Amino acid sequence: MPGDVKIVQRPETGGSYVRGAMKGMGVTLRHMVNPRKVTQQYPDEKWELSPRVRGTHRMATHEDGRAKCVGCGLCPTVCPVNCIKLIPAEDENGERYAAVYEIDEFRCIFCGFCQEVCPVEAIHLGVHYENAEYTRERWVYDLERLCEQDHPYTGLWEPSDPDSQ
Amino acid sequence: MDPVRGTAYVLFTVGKAVVFFTVLFLIVALATMVERKVAGFIQDRSGPNRVGPWGLFQVVADGIKNLLKEETMPEQAVRPFFLLAPAIAMVPATILFAVIPFASPLPTQWGLVEMIVADAPIGFLWVLAIGSLGVYGVVMAGWASGSKYAFLGGLRGSAQMVSYEVALALSLVPLILLTGEVRVPELVAMQQGFSEGPATLSMWMILPLLMGAFFFFISALAETNRLPFDLPEAEAELVTGYHTEYSAMKFSMFMLGEFFHIITVAALVTVFFLGGWDIPFWAGDNIRVLSDGTVIGDPTWWKTLLTAGVFAVKMGLIILLFVWIRWTLPRFRYDQLMDLGWKFLLEAVTVYILLIALAVLVIEGAGIEMGPLYAAILFGLNAVLAVLVFFVLDRGVLIKGAGYRARLEERKRVLERHEAKHEGEVA
Repeated sequence: MPGDVKIVQRPETGGSYVRGAMKGMGVTLRHMVNPRKVTQQYPDEKWELSPRVRGTHRMATHEDGRAKCVGCGLCPTVCPVNCIKLIPAEDENGERYAAVYEIDEFRCIFCGFCQEVCPVEAIHLGVHYENAEYTRERWVYDLERLCEQDHPYTGLWEPSDPDSQ
Repeated sequence: MDPVRGTAYVLFTVGKAVVFFTVLFLIVALATMVERKVAGFIQDRSGPNRVGPWGLFQVVADGIKNLLKEETMPEQAVRPFFLLAPAIAMVPATILFAVIPFASPLPTQWGLVEMIVADAPIGFLWVLAIGSLGVYGVVMAGWASGSKYAFLGGLRGSAQMVSYEVALALSLVPLILLTGEVRVPELVAMQQGFSEGPATLSMWMILPLLMGAFFFFISALAETNRLPFDLPEAEAELVTGYHTEYSAMKFSMFMLGEFFHIITVAALVTVFFLGGWDIPFWAGDNIRVLSDGTVIGDPTWWKTLLTAGVFAVKMGLIILLFVWIRWTLPRFRYDQLMDLGWKFLLEAVTVYILLIALAVLVIEGAGIEMGPLYAAILFGLNAVLAVLVFFVLDRGVLIKGAGYRARLEERKRVLERHEAKHEGEVA
């Protein structure tokens, strides 16, 4: 039989509805009394996430609390949905920093390109997904809020460990 | 002790009505909970469990939600009937309970109080008459909504409920053939063993009338519009059928009505076939009030409580069976439903009545007194009939695809076409 049409061979006569129904009720009874349930009591117990889950962004900081971002402009360039807004500036020592750095988490598709492209390992995605807000404006994270996040960074793919063991 | 009379009788009747219907509403609330919990368990989930202990207060939360929701009124709806329909869907199921005896009589200082709201001498006919009123709620809701889905649901509902009404009523005729009484407490007494008074079967009716109970249960499933007979609200085709246009508390009334029907049917099965409030293998609860006021047996208050508990347990098991069936069996196709009702159930029940009548004639002609032996002979007949129905008649006859032959032809054509097309490739 060629593969494009699948015809299931089922007996269409000779079956008894009542006995078939009883067999089915046996199956449901087994599940009814089975104490192993698949329900996860979500807010109380949470999924164990992979270290490579790509979630809410987080900005790495120096010891004194300044963001590590040097305002190079690579992340807004690589961002496929244009959700990063960056205005770089330069301080009196000639060091560049981000005067404005905003990520619209609502628009973000969590591809992780910004984290991969960052030359100073400043912007990261994080292992975190519970970010509900009452307004859309709250979804735009500014630099201060990005620095405040304290969930773990998303792990990147390691060429020496391709399966992320 | 004599049964209560006069003013005390009136007061006790009012008291019983109030208490019983309050308890009934609690049972309905519990039944909705059982439905959702069992549905969860069958699907390997844990069911609602966040509100209160084991999620018991979920019912309260849902009730409050439905009271606070917006009541919608479709522009095309016929207002008086649209408002009346939810009440009509619910009320008959509740007032049916008036003739259900739910415990052994309670002795008080004013006399013996029978645990039944209204011991009507035509109780059995009351059940059949009021039980068929539920269809008006469905039809009225479907027609008055001014929506084609609701209308189709109402049409289906009326056709289905009227069809199965016939089999439902006929499947109870053998019961009357055996008892010769239409007082419902007398049907319960019939299933107990008494040393004095009129002779009884001393056996739950489900044994001597096994197939009758089976037919009654199937027709009752159809009457309550539960799966596998829930075509009036087939959500895949009709949105939700006759109550599509209803919201908030009016919708809740339909849901309550459905659960009331389930509980009613559970009570009827219990009273007619499972001995009512009778506790098996115990002579202490054999209490009988004859229609002339004579009391046989020894009523006490703790026996009343115990038998009420037993009645609740039996009802609970039937409700569980209803829920269990709902979450196991898929819905019938409409022609299968009509075939089952008119082409199988009606004939089977009619033949069954004739057989039971014949058997009663033969047994009584042989001079056998009504009692365990009488019932055992009937049970033997029913066992034979059960084997016949489940193993011979049912084989591909009860539920069969209507276009089955056409499908076979179609399949043959498809196969031939494919073989012709791919003949060269395989080689």
